[in-house]
Amino acid sequence: MDNNKTAWERLAIVHTKGRPTIKDYIPLIFTDFYEMHGDRYFGDDHAIIGGIARLNDTPVTVIAQVKGRNINENKDCNFAMPLPEGYRKALRLAKQAEKFHRPVICFIDTPGAYAGMPAEERGQGEAIAKNIAEFMTLRTPIISIVLGEGGSGGALALGVCDELAMLENAQYSVVSPRGFASILWKDSSREQEACNIMQVTAEDMVRLGVAETIIEEPLGGAHNDLDKISENIKEYLSLKISEKCQKGLDELLKERYTKFRKIGEFIE
Amino acid sequence: MFDDFFNVVKLRFNGNQDETVPSFKCPRCQSTVPLERYEELHRVCPNCNYHGRLSAPDRIAMTADKDSFIEFDADMISCDPIDFPDYPRKQQELRDSTGLKDAVITGTANIRGIKTVLGVMDSRYMMASMGSVVGEKITRAFEYATEHNLPVIMFTASGGARMQEGIVSLMQMAKTSGAVKLHSDSGGLYITVLTDPTTGGVTASFASLGDIIIAEPKILIGFAGRRVIESTMKQRLPEDFQLAEFMQDKGFVDMIVERKKLRSTLANLLSMHGYGKEM
Repeated sequence: MDNNKTAWERLAIVHTKGRPTIKDYIPLIFTDFYEMHGDRYFGDDHAIIGGIARLNDTPVTVIAQVKGRNINENKDCNFAMPLPEGYRKALRLAKQAEKFHRPVICFIDTPGAYAGMPAEERGQGEAIAKNIAEFMTLRTPIISIVLGEGGSGGALALGVCDELAMLENAQYSVVSPRGFASILWKDSSREQEACNIMQVTAEDMVRLGVAETIIEEPLGGAHNDLDKISENIKEYLSLKISEKCQKGLDELLKERYTKFRKIGEFIE
Repeated sequence: MFDDFFNVVKLRFNGNQDETVPSFKCPRCQSTVPLERYEELHRVCPNCNYHGRLSAPDRIAMTADKDSFIEFDADMISCDPIDFPDYPRKQQELRDSTGLKDAVITGTANIRGIKTVLGVMDSRYMMASMGSVVGEKITRAFEYATEHNLPVIMFTASGGARMQEGIVSLMQMAKTSGAVKLHSDSGGLYITVLTDPTTGGVTASFASLGDIIIAEPKILIGFAGRRVIESTMKQRLPEDFQLAEFMQDKGFVDMIVERKKLRSTLANLLSMHGYGKEM
């Protein structure tokens, strides 16, 4: 692994044109993927896709944020910024997985939840809150992987899980570095400085107890060898899913609660 | 717009230029009211019903029965999980100037004799942003309520996640929401009272998870800030956007209750859910 890069340099890798997206990974990691559309209330958000597939021989539910690989794809998926109906679709599919005892695999890749009038009108806050609370007690294993950017509550809505893995160059943050600079310093041009002090890298996540595993990327980044990175992700998932499926559900849920319960630093 | 929390002006009496009475100038209707009168009304403007922001101690005093509040975790203070420049110094300054230890006070209280867990956020402390201390105190409050079969009432106000604690602050959303979920699964009643302003990561976690969601009139409720949305959408937003009435109309607030009716409303709701009867 390449440990000498700054957070900002890693973000550049994540933003490299040609970085694989979930649409590249699905055919290489899973077989028989059937996409399922819609939240059953309002519509079908294209920033989150979901469905059922097989991982080796095990049926699993896949829920993922979608980045576009070109401008047309990006328009279609709203630059991976989900609307409330996207999160509600994710929850619907997670509940479906629980009913049929399928593990859930979430792929996080978003700069953040969409910030705009339609999102506010349809309850972006409520949609995210509901996912976080419901995923905490979902009675089936959940594994989440951050593929590129994991920005804010928009990422966490797919991030309540039994184990979180980060791709080597991926980042997870309370808000995008740009948003951070804009909120704290009222100057979004200080994005680079923000990125380097926010502690957003995969190593930071493991140290802070947010992530358990770092999945190694090919030299220079995931885009340099799609087959290899897909193999690494598949290997990780196969191992973790079989490990978590062997656990009793009560124990699994207790451990999931504890994983988040212990994060925080204070003096009393 | 409503930033002038302590917008207190001196009113001069006619004829005697030296004698002054402290007064409050309403940021909404611009009328001037003697400060004493405004405080008597718990910081509500008698002319236009503007609900000003309340400190957590004032909120507790007007909500709980006299001397019934017992505070949890009164000495808990934050560390500096991501070594953010100046964060410890800023916190010390705020502790000194507000008398608070962080942005939320939690504990148990009686409301018209009914025991409840009560949490109140205070926007004077870093805009009541949620970091480790807010997350931990709220989580413990829910865990206590679950263990003791008590209801929970949370008065929310927040600018969102506390940026200075980075990812650790984001995780507080999961921690608090998890504790709310376990309280809910155990059959406990949770009433949220949204106060000005409730936004960001708090809206996207425990503030939106109440069995009953109450809001004070005309307060701001949202996920993303107005400035962010205007810059994304490149258009002006309507005046009432994200106000309590707007959010009620969109289906995210059960009822809007004026401050003077809150205590009786809360007591009634607790009682209607079976709390306060001899067990």
